[in-house]
Amino acid sequence: MKLLNCPINGLRPVDEFAYGGELRAQPDPQTCTDEEWADYVFHRNGAPGLKQECWYHVPSGTWFIAERNTTTDSVERTYLWGEA
Amino acid sequence: MPYRLLKFALSKKHPEPPFFQQPEQLKSSYDAVIIGGGGHGLAAAYYLAKEHGITNVAVLERGYLGGGNTGRNTTIIRSNYLTPEGVAFYDASVKIWENLSQELDLNLFYSNRGHFTLAHTESAMRTMRWRAEVNKHHGVNSEVVGPYDVKRAVPEIDLSCGGHAPILGALYHAPGSVARHDAVAWGYGRAASNMGVEIFQNTEVTGLDIQNGRIVGVQTSRGNIKTGKVLSAVAGFTPRITQMAGFRTPIVIHPLQACVTEPMKPWLDTILVSGSLHVYVSQSSRGELVMGASLDPYEIHSTRSTLDFVEGLSSHILDMFPFLSGIKVVRQWAGMADMTPDFAPVMGKTPVEGFYLDAGWGTWGFKATPISGKAMAATLANDKPHELIHAFRLSRFAEFELTGEKGAAAVGH
Repeated sequence: MKLLNCPINGLRPVDEFAYGGELRAQPDPQTCTDEEWADYVFHRNGAPGLKQECWYHVPSGTWFIAERNTTTDSVERTYLWGEA
Repeated sequence: MPYRLLKFALSKKHPEPPFFQQPEQLKSSYDAVIIGGGGHGLAAAYYLAKEHGITNVAVLERGYLGGGNTGRNTTIIRSNYLTPEGVAFYDASVKIWENLSQELDLNLFYSNRGHFTLAHTESAMRTMRWRAEVNKHHGVNSEVVGPYDVKRAVPEIDLSCGGHAPILGALYHAPGSVARHDAVAWGYGRAASNMGVEIFQNTEVTGLDIQNGRIVGVQTSRGNIKTGKVLSAVAGFTPRITQMAGFRTPIVIHPLQACVTEPMKPWLDTILVSGSLHVYVSQSSRGELVMGASLDPYEIHSTRSTLDFVEGLSSHILDMFPFLSGIKVVRQWAGMADMTPDFAPVMGKTPVEGFYLDAGWGTWGFKATPISGKAMAATLANDKPHELIHAFRLSRFAEFELTGEKGAAAVGH
């Protein structure tokens, strides 16, 4: 079983986690255009590489950020939002 | 049956000539370039040559012919979709499939089995009734049946599924079939090559030449090509190609795994799918059970296999067929599925003039091989989307007009 390092709970089986997708900056819905909003909602950088992603540790309700290589599936580091 | 088999049996000339020509050098320019030598790309090349007279075409394949998702799927062909656009599109595909062995003069092992989508909950039954009504309305043969109809077709099944997921009924789709997937790529490749299309294996695209928003050429590991029309039909590699083209799509890559058991005497005539148990299974003409499950839950650009997958799948298969407990899994593999948010493909024109996409085929691409080839060939030739693919255009996302097809996905991904 693959393990993932939750910043609060330490190494846990990957089955305990949910994937929240690539970390993306939300444009201001009050001021952005429909195109910018659609781009934010639907479009992704689907190409492989080292990406910042949102992950969720389900049993403890912890959202955090993982930097993961999407080709090798190796996680470089995990940290809470704002810790960078 | 293709007559070629008979000719081959009576011929004194052995062995047969190679399936397709393998030219040494790329030409400096082509009328059209197709990236991706899988079923979809080769079918597009075939219909470009056959229906539109465009034969100065190069098909570029990074690996070997049909080595991507064409050779990695579980070979199921059906048209029991949920949206009217989806039903019309996949039904057109099934109609081509029925005579494709004859047309390509190659035995594709096309085998009509009938297809049960099992429902274990009331909400699943509701979706089955919905799909059956949409299908009937469009002339596609689907109906809701009860658990005993399933038992009659597959006496070995445990209708209670181990007691925790009893089968309440199913969507029965008589046209459901399987075919030999590699042969589809070879058949289209040979037929296209016979009409003058050039196929290059081990040829990787490294860049796209775009001037003033229009495609003018393709850079490859074997040199550069000038061309005004490029089709990308690369499934799991789509985001890499669209990155070269300089635009974004909703496509995210998830691995989809599958496996086969050791061969058995024929016992499973139909194709069985269970959304709740996350399995689909059919028996190949070699006797193996071909089985698949849901997607891996997060993005990975790799075709690695995992033990979790076979463990999970086996436990669900045993719920349905306890007698298989002594049967061994002999092979497992994965493909890179190019998933879209609405479970419909992305086909047609793009923000780059002359650059066309045939992508977003996720877990549902094999059955669409003939019709997507035909539709993309027409789209390339006329620079206008084929009428069947309007609902699958890339711009549907920006226009907030999605084509929600998730209810017809084989299993809830």
